[in-house]
Amino acid sequence: MSFLSVKNLTLRLRDNRAPLLRDVSLEVSAGEVHGLVGESGAGKSMIGKAVLGILPRAVEIAGGEIWLDGVDLLALPPAARRKRVGGLAALIPQDPLTALNPSRRIGPQITDRLVDILGWKRAEAEARALDLLGEVQINDPARVMRQYPHELSGGMRQRILIASAFAAEPKLIVADEPTTALDVTVQKQILRLIAGMQARHGTALLFVTHDLGVVSKVCQSLSVLYAGRILEQSTVRDFFAAPSHPYSAALLGATPKYTDPEGSLTPVPEAIIAGLRAEIAAYDEAHHG
Amino acid sequence: MADLTDGRGAVKRRIGTRLWLAGGWLTLLLLAAVFAPLVAPQDPLAQDLFLTRLPPFWEKGAEAGYWLGTDSLGRDVLSRIIYGARLALVVALVAGSITCIIGSALGLMAGFLRGWVDLVISRLIDIWMAFPPVLFSILLIAVIGPGLHSIILAIVIIDWTRFARVIRAEAMAQGAMDYVASAQVAGRGRIGTMLREILPNVLPTIVVLLTLEMGIAVIVEAILSFVNLSISTDDPTWGGMIAEGRASVYQAWWVLVFPLITLFLTVLAFSQLGEGLKDRFDPVLR
Amino acid sequence: MAELYTVENLRLSLADMTRKPLLGAAPRIEVLRGLSFSIAKGEIIGIVGGSGSGKSTLGRALIRLLEPSGGSIRFDGQDITHLGEEALRPHRRRFQMIFQDPMSSLNPRHRVGQIIAGPMRLHGFDQVEARVVQALDHVGLPRGFAQRYPHELSGGQRQRVGIARAIALEPEFILADEIVSGLDVSSQAQVLRLLEDLVRELGLTLAFISHDLSVIRRLCHRIMVLYRGEIVELRQTAELFADPQAAYTRELLEAIPLPDPDQRWI
Repeated sequence: MSFLSVKNLTLRLRDNRAPLLRDVSLEVSAGEVHGLVGESGAGKSMIGKAVLGILPRAVEIAGGEIWLDGVDLLALPPAARRKRVGGLAALIPQDPLTALNPSRRIGPQITDRLVDILGWKRAEAEARALDLLGEVQINDPARVMRQYPHELSGGMRQRILIASAFAAEPKLIVADEPTTALDVTVQKQILRLIAGMQARHGTALLFVTHDLGVVSKVCQSLSVLYAGRILEQSTVRDFFAAPSHPYSAALLGATPKYTDPEGSLTPVPEAIIAGLRAEIAAYDEAHHG
Repeated sequence: MADLTDGRGAVKRRIGTRLWLAGGWLTLLLLAAVFAPLVAPQDPLAQDLFLTRLPPFWEKGAEAGYWLGTDSLGRDVLSRIIYGARLALVVALVAGSITCIIGSALGLMAGFLRGWVDLVISRLIDIWMAFPPVLFSILLIAVIGPGLHSIILAIVIIDWTRFARVIRAEAMAQGAMDYVASAQVAGRGRIGTMLREILPNVLPTIVVLLTLEMGIAVIVEAILSFVNLSISTDDPTWGGMIAEGRASVYQAWWVLVFPLITLFLTVLAFSQLGEGLKDRFDPVLR
Repeated sequence: MAELYTVENLRLSLADMTRKPLLGAAPRIEVLRGLSFSIAKGEIIGIVGGSGSGKSTLGRALIRLLEPSGGSIRFDGQDITHLGEEALRPHRRRFQMIFQDPMSSLNPRHRVGQIIAGPMRLHGFDQVEARVVQALDHVGLPRGFAQRYPHELSGGQRQRVGIARAIALEPEFILADEIVSGLDVSSQAQVLRLLEDLVRELGLTLAFISHDLSVIRRLCHRIMVLYRGEIVELRQTAELFADPQAAYTRELLEAIPLPDPDQRWI
């Protein structure tokens, strides 16, 4: 039994019913790292947000099931669902700049969730926060707890967000493009950190990214998305050895590889895009749009 | 990708109900004010001691032609409200616009040009805002004497800082954007950039503040006429009606209530107008 | 080959506003510490470094968005180091910039056509409408996009508008400041391919700023690696990748995750 099981999830915009996710299914086992790969707008973030229950108000769930640890989340009333998800899952957001409240110190931003929502005692929560800040290799955690976000670098802030995500020992973390806003050297440190913590804590990870290079380093399996549809799902080994969908191959061709400058940074061919659009149009027709 | 997966371009902007309602009320008021001699059923100043304290048309004892009743001097409430709208609207439009122009211009310059311009204007705002506004306006009117010009002057003098502060902050935020640097790279001068690049982006805020200010102007005038510091003639004012109505509120509630409702609706309409205009005309969908 | 840019001992310091005392000037941080190099006409040079390396500052100094504190910059033989805005204006159309953030680099309340036409009208070009259409064609955007607002376009499309705006003035030099850093991998490939084609077609000289060496490899003839405001390496591309000299260059290379599960990396 997978820890996370998404079945036939369909999302659309409330206003004009434009589909954002088209019949998406995937499985993540306990402790597994699964990559969600695709262009901007492919819907990869939406899957994570649907699982965590943080979809924007403009988006509605039009069908499907989300099973987390044996419970169908969508069958629960909202309050029960929030409680369940809060105890089991967490988010590492994309932008360290906007994800932290600029007018509060770091300490409360980590401990508040533990104290207010999960009912920890403040002393316990603070001890845990200090532990975690140490685990994400922040020197002098006590001092950082008293600082404000703007006093820290992007890399530091992302470390804090990572620490925050692991705070309540979640069984699943959704990492939404956690290194997209970072420099390449900082990215390496952060990815190392996430991979290390994931292994140590045994957390399942849904890793959203558009960078196949990152996927090959952190993930064990992946799903390739385009326009809200899953085109391919496989293990990382199989994928990089021989991707089965032409779009996947094209994405690999577009990924920068300094070891092969002529064979990389190749735009996805028009023919493939046209083919995909036709496929999507046919799908929409068959499902009345 | 954009046309396949997200409905960004496809979501139609609905002309909000609130724009219709707000605009409708204000247009009605404007027409009533402009065509007051034709629209008002009675002469607003005509006193008739045989017709004092007549109730509104749906109550027992009402008289035809005096729809909202009469006050303790027999003057028609509805007609007085209509004529009172004249003053209210003139104050709103004139005082609101002047305050907006002065405050926005200073705020824009301070926020974008920075340097000594900002230094001077910011200090000016800080010092100005230290004066208590109500006291200040009463003092002002005591010195210049009551009248339409005094009311307008008082409002402008007190409220320009409201615009200046907000627009300054917005101009500063916009000034940090790359499209401003891009204008500089293209060779555009400072003033040109301020007017062509920054101004369109602070305009929505200016419009909202302007309509808000118009509502405030109406209230200020009402307060001043409540305390008899408004215009010096016998022309009816909403504030004055409210003051008079207070005295006879138990015997003739309608003398207080109807001008109060009109005042409330008018101020509400102004504030909603701003938001409604922004929703309708701002190209950037939120 | 003729030198388009000659830079000697360039120094630039910026005020550190977070440490400004109540009275008096803020302390200055030296961002560029004496850089000397030249850029040949028709060359594509990559400027690479992490945050804090000064690469963006260097770029902005080259097109005189910032004024150097010391040293000199010569553009086509002319010293532009300390020219005021008035004196710079006639030169401005010769060096243009494409910005990093497609969200903030286009005025949200101007239509695309207006955004591209603006600089042209400023410099007194004729037949501006025709040129706008030509610019859109050049960057592969449909003509109808001229009527759209920036928020109606995707990130990659907005970046193309930025490119169209930059080439519309027919400049000799373009600074591309991390223009693909915010884009996904397929948009990135498209924009880079477009830039490659345009540089060749229009005979441009290009300085491409990035924090990612792998993006630069294909595009640039020469690469400058910056670290804390100093040049640590400046060599032909192939040589730099074959045999990186500076420790920092090696660090940058090793940080790049190649799409290959067997790469020894984490």
